[in-house]
Amino acid sequence: MEVLRITTSGSVDDGKSTLIGRLLYDTNSIPQDKMEALHAASKRKGLDFTDLSLLTDGLVAEREQGITIDVAHIYFSTPNRKYIIADTPGHVEYTRNMVTGASNAQVSLILIDARKGIVEQTYRHFFIAGMLRIPYLVVCVNKMDLVEYSEARFNQIVEDFQALVATASFKAPSIKFIPISSLYGENVAGKSEKISWYNGESLLDYLEQITFDHADSSHPARFPVQSVIRPRTEAYHDFRGFAGKVASGQFNVGDEIISLPSQQTSRIKSIEQFEKQLDVAQARESVVITLETEIDTSRGSMLAKVDNAPALLKDITANICWMDQQKLVPGKTYLLQHGINRVKAKVQQLLEVVDVTSNQLVEGKKEMGLNDIGKIAIKTAAPIFADVYSVNPANGAFILIDEFSNSTVAVGFVA
Amino acid sequence: MSNKIQWEFPQALEDEAIYILRETAAQFERPAILFSGGKDSITIVRLAQKAFYPGKCPFPLLHIDTGHNFPETIQFRDWLVESLGLELVVRNVQDSINQGKVQEETGKYASRNALQTVTLLDAIEEMKYDACIGGARRDEEKARAKERIFSVRDEFGQWNAKMQRPELFDMLNGKINIGENVRVFPISNWTELDVWNYIRREKLEIPSIYFSHERDIIERDGMYWPASPFLNTTDEEVPFRQKVRFRTVGDMTCTAAVISEADKLEDIISEILEAKISERGARIDDKRSEAAMEKRKQAGYF
Repeated sequence: MEVLRITTSGSVDDGKSTLIGRLLYDTNSIPQDKMEALHAASKRKGLDFTDLSLLTDGLVAEREQGITIDVAHIYFSTPNRKYIIADTPGHVEYTRNMVTGASNAQVSLILIDARKGIVEQTYRHFFIAGMLRIPYLVVCVNKMDLVEYSEARFNQIVEDFQALVATASFKAPSIKFIPISSLYGENVAGKSEKISWYNGESLLDYLEQITFDHADSSHPARFPVQSVIRPRTEAYHDFRGFAGKVASGQFNVGDEIISLPSQQTSRIKSIEQFEKQLDVAQARESVVITLETEIDTSRGSMLAKVDNAPALLKDITANICWMDQQKLVPGKTYLLQHGINRVKAKVQQLLEVVDVTSNQLVEGKKEMGLNDIGKIAIKTAAPIFADVYSVNPANGAFILIDEFSNSTVAVGFVA
Repeated sequence: MSNKIQWEFPQALEDEAIYILRETAAQFERPAILFSGGKDSITIVRLAQKAFYPGKCPFPLLHIDTGHNFPETIQFRDWLVESLGLELVVRNVQDSINQGKVQEETGKYASRNALQTVTLLDAIEEMKYDACIGGARRDEEKARAKERIFSVRDEFGQWNAKMQRPELFDMLNGKINIGENVRVFPISNWTELDVWNYIRREKLEIPSIYFSHERDIIERDGMYWPASPFLNTTDEEVPFRQKVRFRTVGDMTCTAAVISEADKLEDIISEILEAKISERGARIDDKRSEAAMEKRKQAGYF
């Protein structure tokens, strides 16, 4: 069974939590005791309807403020597949959570309030989805009930959004527009009768038919080594296997491989998954690989195919999103973690800061703080084996860790 | 539409969990598995066994024994440790009570569930564990929906929802300062159904209380409680025999039974799909207030 990961973003009060509550409700994913708790909580708040948004707004602070603060994960299934929603906050201060939620998603779901149309936050969400190269974008024009289900209003918003897409500096993903009312469930899990002028699928029907390439055949084969397994028991006296999760592409038994950074080559002898022997390991599968010959490979090494190995990078230009209260300090040494591989790295230069709401460079901006997005030049103490993010996202991202606080302070995308 | 039973386990979840366990072994000096004897920690043990095969599971099991466990759970624990050749460390809540570090609760709803946090934090300090692997899942409860895979705790074991590190893609940052430790949740993205389907696919043994059996129970607040010497009862609360099973393994004082005839794994899974009550709904400890779980998490609960 497949897993489809979705990230949702919207502005405060555009009905995101209600939409998710509605998806769960309409797929029978809410147990009775939780439903009763919702009725009771809604009543306590003096509402005369069951507020489905209360289902996902988890933390005490959120209940007090009535807004979503952190990334929350929500799960539901259809007979077709399992869905994981990363529900991320919509207001300005929490862009870092939005990027976090988006980092694993195949689908970005953007909500627009039909009354308000495109707002500053819409630009931000679109920019982040584009920067992260999320393949599918669904724009839900919500609260259609409050604009009398007007086709003209919907078309206007679609037109405005297309104008925004035209200004994008990255390759636009596949975009789907759906008019919905999350409060009344119109076009959420089933087709709306009230919005008869709309001929497309409901949100859930659209999500159900999204397909993706599991073999990941368009991307180069990359295998970051997490650890070396050497049991040294009688039965496995000479066993030496490399444990890891295939980052992208696929490996077959018999493939000629190169190990980085040693640049020694060998051939794949076996691919193992517990007691099973496999012929092939595909992207995102956790396996153990053994080689025909002993070569210099350990935690942090990367296996690739001989004819398609990544470059050894030390001087890197990258787009980054800053995620920490402490500002970026040019010239400071951070730890750069690419996949599982950590090296020291010095930020050489802050090249530019982008205003994501206008997609324009911010003139004269010399510093980068929490939630800023921009471009840096960074030099690592040892090479990393990364691909350009837009070419192979699964091997093109890294994080920066502050050596003193140990916090994850930024995410970077190799340019 | 969701009435059709989905028996298939999403393989991506196992691949993700194994990756997380391998990162835990590599990034920490002294990691341990928090073992309760419940189906989630049994799943973790299986994943650890698979992640390092044909090598050995590198993690010891840490069991915080409240003294109020179902006897079936303890029997199961000892059998599992023996059959897989694992290392087991047990620390007792009774010792924390004897040392005067915690006080036994009184009254009808007395339970040792909250007390075990102190015993756990002492055990972490004593054994110098820097990472504790738990079977918590984000679908269990609202506060857990926001939990990270690597969740940093301060010296007092506290969790701060606003200070969490962002987790990007599958990159895990386990760097900590001295005195801090990390809780690791490899099956964060699994649902209860995923766990059951995994147990079915892997043909795992689980404690017998998960299956329908006859037992003495009492009725209180519309729920069925297992009769035991640990439960403070009133004169009106007379135990009676009933065929029941348990959806979670907790203490006998805070785990409610459901009336059930399900004695096979397939029947249990069907029951869950038609379930009228969520898994933690059968946990009396969560019912204390709407924010109960979050408050216990901040205090260092699992």
